[in-house]
This record gives sequence, C-alpha cells and structure tokens, in this order.
Amino acid sequence: MACYLTTVKHMSLYWSVLTVLSLLAITAPLALAFGFGGATAARAQFAPLRWIGKGYIAIVRGVPDIALFLFFVIALDQGIEYLRHQVLCPDWPDTIRQGNDFVVCQAAKVPLGTAPQWVHEVYGFMLAVLTFAIVFGAFAANVLFGAMRAVPRAQLETAEAYGMTRRQTFRRVLVPQMWVYALPGLGNLWMVLIKATPLLFLLGVEDIVYWARELGGTKTSRFTDYPHGDWRMWYFLALLVFYLIFTRLSEVVLARVMTRLTHGQATAGGDVQRKAAAT
Amino acid sequence: MKTLITTTALLALTATATLADGHASTVRMGTEGAYPPYNFINDAGEVDGFERELGDELCARAELTCEWVTNEWDSIIPNLVSGNYDTIIAGMSITDERDEVIDFTQNYTLPDPSAYVAASEDVDLENGVLAAQTNTIQAAFISETGATLVEFATPEETIAAVKNGEADAVLADKAFLTPIADEDPDLVMLDKDEMLGGGIGLGLRESDGELKAKFDAAITSMKEDGSLNALLEKWEISGRF
Amino acid sequence: MSCWQTVQDYGLRAVGIGERLLPREDFTLCQQFTLIGSGMIWNIYFGLVALTFGFFLATALAMGKNAQNPLLRKPAIWFIFIFRGSPLFIQFFFAYFLFLNLKSVAPFFDPFSAAWLGALIVLFLNTAAYSGEIFYGALQSIPKGDLEAADAYGLSGWARFRRIVWPTMLRLAWPAYTNEAIFLFHATALVFFSGFPAWQQRGDALYYASYFADKTFNPFVPYPILALYFIAFTLVIVSVFGLINGRLNKHLPNATRSKLRLRPNLVR
Repeated sequence: MACYLTTVKHMSLYWSVLTVLSLLAITAPLALAFGFGGATAARAQFAPLRWIGKGYIAIVRGVPDIALFLFFVIALDQGIEYLRHQVLCPDWPDTIRQGNDFVVCQAAKVPLGTAPQWVHEVYGFMLAVLTFAIVFGAFAANVLFGAMRAVPRAQLETAEAYGMTRRQTFRRVLVPQMWVYALPGLGNLWMVLIKATPLLFLLGVEDIVYWARELGGTKTSRFTDYPHGDWRMWYFLALLVFYLIFTRLSEVVLARVMTRLTHGQATAGGDVQRKAAAT
Repeated sequence: MKTLITTTALLALTATATLADGHASTVRMGTEGAYPPYNFINDAGEVDGFERELGDELCARAELTCEWVTNEWDSIIPNLVSGNYDTIIAGMSITDERDEVIDFTQNYTLPDPSAYVAASEDVDLENGVLAAQTNTIQAAFISETGATLVEFATPEETIAAVKNGEADAVLADKAFLTPIADEDPDLVMLDKDEMLGGGIGLGLRESDGELKAKFDAAITSMKEDGSLNALLEKWEISGRF
Repeated sequence: MSCWQTVQDYGLRAVGIGERLLPREDFTLCQQFTLIGSGMIWNIYFGLVALTFGFFLATALAMGKNAQNPLLRKPAIWFIFIFRGSPLFIQFFFAYFLFLNLKSVAPFFDPFSAAWLGALIVLFLNTAAYSGEIFYGALQSIPKGDLEAADAYGLSGWARFRRIVWPTMLRLAWPAYTNEAIFLFHATALVFFSGFPAWQQRGDALYYASYFADKTFNPFVPYPILALYFIAFTLVIVSVFGLINGRLNKHLPNATRSKLRLRPNLVR
C-alpha cells in the first residue's frame, strides 16, 4: 500500500496539488488587478474607456467559464504568437493562416520550438493563470465597482472639502475605504475560484482531477504493476476532503481579515466592535 | 531610434535562420496518454505503449529529436494546427473528415476492428442500449443504428456503465477492450466486430510536408524490415503488414 | 436545405423531437445556431427549475442556520458547508454513483440516474446551499429597528416572518442572489460535460457545441455561438432580477433608491 501510494505517478498527483495551490496564489492578485482595472475603466469619464470596462464585465461574466476555457486558451496563444510574428518576422513571405494551419515563423513561437519541455509546461501554466485571471477579473471588477459605489458619500465630500483633487480622492479615500465593502464579495469569488480549479485540465494543465481520474481508472495488469478496479470513488473522496479543508481554512482567514478591516468602519460590523470595546 | 529597430530586425532575422534548423531536429509528439495499449501513462508517470516505442523508433530512423507531450483528446487537433506540437500520435484513425483538416502519414496499423463488450452473451445489439465515448467514431456508428446510444465523457465510464447495468454493451476499439474483458470475470467480449475507420496514422499539419515525408520514409523502412510487425506483436494489436 | 427547414428539423432535437441523426456534413452556421440553441432548452430547464425549488430550501436553510436550536442549526451548517465547499463536478460524480446504487435497491429510483432528474437534484441542492448562505448573511444584517418595530406592532411568529423578516431579507440579499442565479445558470453547462451521460444525443448547449467542434475541428465557431446564447440569457436574468429588485425596494423613499446611482457622479 505504501509502495502503491508512492509511485512516480502518485508523486505527480501530489505535485499537481502544489500546481493548483500556486496557480491560486498567482491568479488571485492578478485577477484582482484585472478587476481593479476593469472597475476603474467602467467608471471612467472617457466614454470609450467606460464602454471597454463595462463590455469586459458584461461579456466575460455572461459566459460560463468552461465554454470560455474551451477556446480561449488557443485563441490567446495564437494571439501572442501573431503579435510576436508581426514584430520579429516582418519579412515573412507566407501567410499565417494556411488553410486550417496557423503557422508563424520559428522565432515567434512561444515558447521556442527548441525549448525544453519544462518551459512549455511553465508557459501552459502561465496561459492558464492569465485565462483564469481574465475570467475572474471580470467578476472581481463587478464586485469592486459595487464597492466603490458603496463608500459613504460623506467621506468623499469630506475629501473634497479638504481640497483634494478627484485623483487624490480616488487614491487616498475611495480605494482604501472600499475594501471593507468589497471583501464579502471577493471572499465569495475566492471560494468560486477554488472550485473552478478542476477545470484546469481543459487548459492543458495536468491538475489534481486529471491525476485522480488517471490513477483511479481501472488498471489491467498488462500495463501496470498495480492493477485495480474502478477506484475513482476513493480518489474523488480524497479530492472532496481536500477541497472541504481548503474551503474551511479560507473561511477562517477571510473572517479574520474582515474583522481587521471592519475595525473603525461606519458599518454594522464596525459598530458591534465599537460597542464591544466600550463595555 | 530607427537604427535600433533595424538592428533588432536584423537580429531577429538571423535568429530565424538558426531556429529554422532547430525545428528540423526537435519534433514535439502530441498524444493522449489514456488509451492503452496505444498510449498510456506508466507507473513512472511517462508516456508508454505501442505508439511510444514506435514514435521513438521513427524519430531515430528519421534522425529527429523527439519530445512527448500529452493533450486532451477533444482539443488534440486544434492544438496541432495552432502549432503547440508537431505531430499527433494518439491512436487516431485516418478518416476523410480529419484528412480535410490535417495530413496523415501512411497508416502504421491495419484498420482495427471495434468490438462489443457486455455483461452476458445474449444482448440485443439491434435494439438495446449501447454505450460509447462522446465524439468517437463508435458513437457516430451507433447513432445510425436502431440501438439507443448513451454517451459518456471518458472510456472508463462506458465500461462502468456496462458493469452497473446502465448500458447493455459498450462499443470501442478491440485492442482497448481486449485486456479489460480478459481480466474482468463479469464482462465478455461478443463475437461480433465492426469495421469502422481506417488504419491509424501520424497526424501532421498540412503545411508540414517535409516532416510528413520523413515520417513516411521511416514508416516504410519499418514495414520493410519487419520491425513494425514485431512491435504490433509485442503490444498485441491485430493485423500485420 | 433552407435554414428554416433546419430549424424545423433540429429546433427541438435536444428533447428528442425532429430529425434523429445529427448533421454530419456541411455544418452550416444555421445548423450550429439551431442545434446549440436547441440544447439551451436543457440549460434553461435546469436553471429555472433548480432555482425555483432551491429558493424555498434556501430560505429554510437560512432560517435553520439562524436558529437557536442546535438540532436545526447544525444540519443546516453542515449542508451548506459541504455543498459550498466542494466542486460541482465532484458532487455530480458522487450523486450519479449514489443514484446508480439506489437503482439496484428499488425500481422507484430508476429515473434518478437520468440527467433530467438526477442532475436537477444536484443543482437544486447546490444552489440551495449557496443561496442559503446568502440569505443567512442577509438575515443577520436586518436592521434591528425593523425587528423592534415589528415587535411594537405586536407581530409575532409567522406574521412577523412573512411581513417583516422575509421581505427585508430578500431585499438585502437580492444583488448577491442575482449573481448566484447567473452562476447556477452557467453551472448547468457541466451536466453533460462531466456529470451525466447523454442519451440518444440529447444534450445541452455545450454538448452540441462540442459535437460541432469535434466534427469541424474548429473551436472558434461553435463555442462563441454558445457564448452568445449564454450572454443573451444572462442579460435576461439580470433584467428580470432587476425588475424584482425594483419591486422589493418599491416602498423605500426615492432618495434611498437612487442613491446608488447618484454617488458615482461625485468621484467620476
């Protein structure tokens, strides 16, 4: 048993847990950045910028993430290679679309055709991160957009009374104050993000679900030293426990952050804290 | 500023020239890794199977350096044409529809029959419930018969469906079903084959004529000296050249 | 074949009416739009029914989680935790497995392993858990003054719940609940993708989209069509929920209602 659980294949499973965790760790701030950009654009004074922001939020939020993942990564990859092709090989004699083929010059390939396998894997991982960030950025933008509107007007008026410009008000008052309103929504989004990771295998990343399925599937003795029947149930049960624990941990951390953020805020939660301190 | 751009362009051009050579020697082989005996992931977590050995031998004969990559079956052709790897070597039957989009080398297996596996010998193949994997030639075949088609996302689930009684029988490639029917006492392989699809070939981009010629030559030489038959023998795949 | 003919042949294909064989050549845009649209019937069915039934269970769960009695509170907490804490696709997997096993126990469970009932139950429980948590959050933030006013009017029990607590809870929870409705609607795409088998090629929109992607080897046509359908229906959800939101907030003075819209002008 111990022997079985330590095959190289199982090591890949354990390794993929790290992949998923690091994907979450990189995606979260990146999605937040996209969200911040989207929310800021959606409330910009310059109309085209506002349309871009609102369009981004509406379109990406309107499409199920699987549907987007099924074609978006290839499109993203081709887009990057197309741009590089334009820059690196301006004299390329052939067209890029040859029938069904998408052919760019060798120098524009990302990663380069000669690159070792791990570079390809890292690149695939980065594409997945970017796709996740773009998708969840739209949801984050929606949350932040709402949070910016929820900051009490009096605070902004005060800022103006102090003679701050619009930009200063935005940076010094609105942004620091909006987090307490954004956190419940962002926390919810984080939970949804965790549960979207099983879709990673659609993006070409070998994630936990891929390995659980691969390892749990029926194995005949001809192709492995450890034949067994359909064990997917047990592997999925392990996944279930993993996700439940991870959710619980996130809930605890989010609750702590919320307590910190509410401190001294003009919200119901802040009120409770004030009263508790007074008695 | 202008000179700077020209220099970069020049650098890029020289880079292109050297890299074009680089392409000729590193070929990325795309496979699925979930279809024994053709290709699967072994205990060491590496691609293994008939096509692994075949591909390595072909690359050696064509003097290419090859690298193995796995990809989901559903997006295996879109990723080939968009250049994420250079060949598909994944038990892919040569069909007319596929041939319109990509190029195939000559076949390296003879057409492999599809077979039925059921819980008992006496199932009604004409009107019963038949399981197949979604988007396979077998699913397309059943949909045209009078039988009720039930599709599952993975081959694993199609077998499970027969075992738990959801489906009367499963239709899949014979080479895939044989080891399963051999080892599972609850399942029997029916004495009826369906000839679907052509033989299996290596898939390549249509614009990659040079690479296709190299692999074709290598396959021909393996057919001639009998080493291909030896491989087919070893992995128990039916049909000899 | 004219496009209208195609619509007649395949418009209801997803529920088994019309041409039995799916198109196997040409794959015109018209065919793709028709079949993928036909698959949307299932997405709408799952979304609508699960949301409707889920709404009532969610209210019960929120009340349960808010209750003093641990016998009511603990089960509600665990239910919400398990369904919110695990990916939907694992829930589908276990549900399908469970229903198959129940089937061998009693014939009563026969329809449960089919998507129309089995997947619906999973989606129903799933959305009930998510909405329950949203409603619970709203219950907790009902202004104290409202409850005190209800007490002062002598309202208690059912009347207090029906006339004060429940409407206020809905009003507070509505924006988040709208999001949940969108998420649920999107989640219906997972049913045939990794949960339940498709019988006789009757599937949802994603099933047909991947059918075309597989046949044409071009993911850039069917999936964007699918995306268009979903965007359209998401807009429908947003506007319907917006209408209900307007009704829920009707009694509020105008200033409070439009405050949200006034605020941004200042900073913009």
